[in-house]
Amino acid sequence: MNTSDLAILVIDENAIRAAIIRDGLLKAGHHNVTVVEELVGVARTIERLSPDVIVIDIENPNRDMLESLFVLSRSVKKPIAMFVDRSDAETIHAAVEAGVSAYVIDGLKQERVKPILDMAISRFNAFSRMAQELEAAKSQLENRKVVDRAKALLMKSRGMDEEKAYALLRRTAMDQNRKIVDVAQSLIMTFEMLER
Amino acid sequence: MQDLSIGFVPLLDSAIVLAAEAKGFFIEEGLNVRLTRETSWSAIRDRLAVGSLQAAHVLAPMPIAANLGLFPLAPKLIAPIALGLGGNAVTVSAALGAAMEAEGDERDLDPAKAGAALKRVIAARRAAGLPPLRFGVVYVFSGHNLELRYWLAASGIDPDRDIEIVVLPPPFMPDAVEAGRIDGYCAGEPWNTIAARRGAARIVTVKAKIWRSSPEKVLALPADFASANEDTVSALLRSLYRASEWSSRLENHAELASILAEPHHLNVDAAVLQPLLSGTLAVSAKNERTVEDFFLTSAKAATFPWQSHALWFYSQIVRWGLCDHSAENAEIAKMSYRPDIYRRALQPLSTPLPGASLKVEGALKAPTPVGASAGGLILGPDGFFDGQTFDPDQVGAYIEQQKTTI
Repeated sequence: MNTSDLAILVIDENAIRAAIIRDGLLKAGHHNVTVVEELVGVARTIERLSPDVIVIDIENPNRDMLESLFVLSRSVKKPIAMFVDRSDAETIHAAVEAGVSAYVIDGLKQERVKPILDMAISRFNAFSRMAQELEAAKSQLENRKVVDRAKALLMKSRGMDEEKAYALLRRTAMDQNRKIVDVAQSLIMTFEMLER
Repeated sequence: MQDLSIGFVPLLDSAIVLAAEAKGFFIEEGLNVRLTRETSWSAIRDRLAVGSLQAAHVLAPMPIAANLGLFPLAPKLIAPIALGLGGNAVTVSAALGAAMEAEGDERDLDPAKAGAALKRVIAARRAAGLPPLRFGVVYVFSGHNLELRYWLAASGIDPDRDIEIVVLPPPFMPDAVEAGRIDGYCAGEPWNTIAARRGAARIVTVKAKIWRSSPEKVLALPADFASANEDTVSALLRSLYRASEWSSRLENHAELASILAEPHHLNVDAAVLQPLLSGTLAVSAKNERTVEDFFLTSAKAATFPWQSHALWFYSQIVRWGLCDHSAENAEIAKMSYRPDIYRRALQPLSTPLPGASLKVEGALKAPTPVGASAGGLILGPDGFFDGQTFDPDQVGAYIEQQKTTI
């Protein structure tokens, strides 16, 4: 049996992350990869696929249900344990920190599974970095909008030009040891209250 | 200041932990606690196993199952304090509730009557060729699963053959029962009353009546962390104990409900939570009922980690084929609960501590003063709705005797 023969099931409610994991598995030569986003009916999927490895995100609220299948279900025969070798504490730690949990058929050799886990860990980490960057970019954009609005209010109410309005915001921020966006935010709120 | 990360799952019975943080009991003991809300018991267990949590609010049977190696990535855990008694209920869909009422359930939460009615409903469904009823529980190694099964079996219903049991996260239960994906469930509050208030379901019995004065959640710590940090563990138990006393006072219930209600805690309306703290449940859309000892945080030694509780959970884990019985396994189960650590930590508070670590479950038929390190400790009534008792010295015989029932 070579690498590509391993049946891998990826369960992830986040379709983008699931696609990233699948891509990583395919690039590593795993072609027998199934991705499901929903846990409804997963018992039948597991029964049909008999996966050697199941990768699921650690925050998935349905993990308790998934684990119960291994304990209770008559249809899921194979005993499954998390990770092949429990002594590999470093990998387990890295996986939990990254938000990956994985279930592996008992008896499957560690050297066959570790690369899959390592890949999943690095892709999960890459995904959360990406999500953080996206969040940061979004809030930067939001901040710029707030400052622009405050500038416009000053220009309108005080007859300032844009440069002067921005200079006033910046000076106030420096004097009060606050961020420009916070000064802009309170200015907008003040204007809104006065308008009412 | 000692830094600690403590995990919890958003449930009414996380009250003691949330109160300890909100009311500053941790800080008073020199602990800088960061609470983290978790989405599953599996995730809590994983984080305890890798050390990213130093303690967690967990289902009472979890430390036992962990120490017996019954689930993946099983860390060695100890439970040196319980987080209260009671707190669960059994809820059924409006349709099943009506069918049970037609078969003699009197809507009084009596487990014997509700169980007998359910048995007749199941027989009628079988005769009509209908599929088995499906019940949800939150986890395999949970009081919910084991107490639901106990109630069913004592009512003459085989939980493995006569119905189907599935696992679902508690917040999903109300929707699942409303959508008809399950016919009933056993879960912690507020997930029963939420479905009942909607009119989608009805509460038919409660844990406090199936096994009165029984623990629902305990605080679990990795065994190696606990033995390397004895003073920290003692400080942690003292702060939780003081939070449990604070939580039990009626005059604090409004504030406790608003602490629980916060978006980063349960994120449920405080008005829904507050009545639960004194045992008043919305059992259906229109009716409320007050249940004695529904959820106790302090009275009746509610935080004492009785080893007889651990052994009862063990007996049921064995009963349902999840583990084999042996003297060694029983000892592992018993030693998962650590009253010795509880006593060591609470000694300075001169609070009444039970003299014994095990008791016969079901022996006390009325509130009874018991031997303690200081006066004023009252226990009971406790025990099982079917009148059976559990003697922790006779675990093997108890297991054998249950083999002859269902």
